[in-house]
Formats: sequence, C-alpha cells, structure tokens
Amino acid sequence: MEPVKIERVTQQDIEQAISTAAREVFETMLNLPLEAEASVMRHRIEPEMFHGVVALVGVAGSWTGTGHISCSSNFAQTIAGALLMTEYDSVNEDVLDAVAEVANMIIGNVKTFFEERLGPLALTVPTVIFGRNYQTRSAGVKDWVLVRLHSGDEAMDVNFCLMPSRAPHHLPHRPEMLTA
Amino acid sequence: MALDVLIVDDSAAIRKILHRVLVQAEVPLGKVHEASDGNEALEKLKTEKVGLILSDINMPNMDGIEFLTRLKADPAYKSVPVLMVTTEGSQAKVMQALALGAAGYVKKPFTADQIKEKLTGII
Repeated sequence: MEPVKIERVTQQDIEQAISTAAREVFETMLNLPLEAEASVMRHRIEPEMFHGVVALVGVAGSWTGTGHISCSSNFAQTIAGALLMTEYDSVNEDVLDAVAEVANMIIGNVKTFFEERLGPLALTVPTVIFGRNYQTRSAGVKDWVLVRLHSGDEAMDVNFCLMPSRAPHHLPHRPEMLTA
Repeated sequence: MALDVLIVDDSAAIRKILHRVLVQAEVPLGKVHEASDGNEALEKLKTEKVGLILSDINMPNMDGIEFLTRLKADPAYKSVPVLMVTTEGSQAKVMQALALGAAGYVKKPFTADQIKEKLTGII
C-alpha cells in the first residue's frame, strides 16, 4: 500500500512567505525598507490591550487560516503616506484603506505561495480596525506564527495561522467557479 | 486623442495609485471613472463610454472574473481592452482571465513601469 503523503506547512515556510511578500510590498509600493525578525511560534495570542490599527484577512479552502497584521497609528500613517504620496497626521479613511490594501497584498501573496502545494485557496476581503484599548481573538486557532517587521524605528506584526479545514471543503477545481 | 478610463477596485487607495500611474505613464487621459466592484462598473458603463478598463479580481458583490465575463459577452464593450491588476496570483486565475479576453495581467504589488509596459502593448 502506498504511504499517504502528508503535505505540511512549517513555521519556516510561513516565515519565508511572510518575509518575502512583505518586503516585496514595502519595497515596490511604498519605497520603504523592511527587515524581518526571526519568526516566533505562539500557541495562542494572549489577550492584551492594543492601541493602533489591525487588519484581518481570511484564507479559505481545503486549508483555512487568518492573517492578522497590526501596527501603531503612527506607522499606519507612514504607510498610507508612502502609498498615496500624501502626509497624514491622523488615522482617517485613507489611512485605514491603505493599511487594508497592504494587508491584502501581503496575505494575498502568502496565499499564492501556499496554493502551489495546498491547492486553490480563496481570500476574504480585508477587515480593518482602529481604536484604543481593544483586544482581538480568533476562535479555535491555537498556533500562530508571528513575524515582526521593522522599518526604521517602526514595527509591524504579522501573525498568520494555517490549518487543514475541519470539514471537507473543496474549492471547485474549475477556475471559473473560484470566488477568490 | 484623449482616452477615457474606468478603474475598478474595492480599494480607494489602489484606485488613486492607478490614476497616478496613468498620469506618470503619459497616457493621454480624458475622464477617469472609478468603481468599487463589478456591479458598480457595469452601471457606470451604461452612461460612460471608456477606451480602457483596469480591474481587480478579488472584489465583493461582483468579482473581476464575473465582470470580465459579462463585459466580453456584450457586443458594445467586447472590444474595450481590460488590464487585470490584482493580488490574485494563482496561475489558474491568470489563464482564466486571459481566456475570457483580458488584454493583460499585472500582479500586485506593482511598479509604475510594469503598468506602463503592459499599457504600451494595449493602447
């Protein structure tokens, strides 16, 4: 009997995918330098009070996951300023839209990286949250890979989880049926 | 001759960037219209004639593939060139968009030069 081949997604795979995608987005679209720290595996994201901007992008298919990107308000304004070539001194709609799009591009490219071995995956429309003293939590997710990215004195955290879907969930192989 | 353009993307940031890139690329721009999804784009096209469309794929309500399918099925718009500009990087999606009649494909993140190069072959 042929052994069953189990395709695994390792912490190093996720780290590489995030670092490569984020660097490409920052260098190409923002013209900002970016350095990635070594990734950290976190078995849960401890609830902690957060101030700033969070963007969430979901991945769905035979594997499912979430990209969780967070940064300070100042860094969000810097990102929007670099993307739109305008200065921002507060977090407004433009800034939130810019952070959402940066998250979409980073997680979208991470998704493309894993599609080659996991099959078709779909991406959700990004959700962006801004505020003070709030917590975020994804139900049922145990293992997160955190990659901290630095641009000058500012930092952005990218948390990503990816796991097999609980129930059989097949995106149609006919490309015209994909929703991504 | 000035070229009227429709930019279809759910991100206002990307719509602004693409407008700027068209100016940088010295495209002889007329009116630049914007839509945030395929539905809105089809509505715009009922009243506005355009000579070029730049469209995302991943959008709510009506995605870029369905928009492209409907557009190319309508004789009035069949010949309008559509450049897909999207995060979607799967080869299947690229092939599908091209098979449906997209004039080209640029993956986000993109540079102004990449857009300019693609447009050179289209307009």
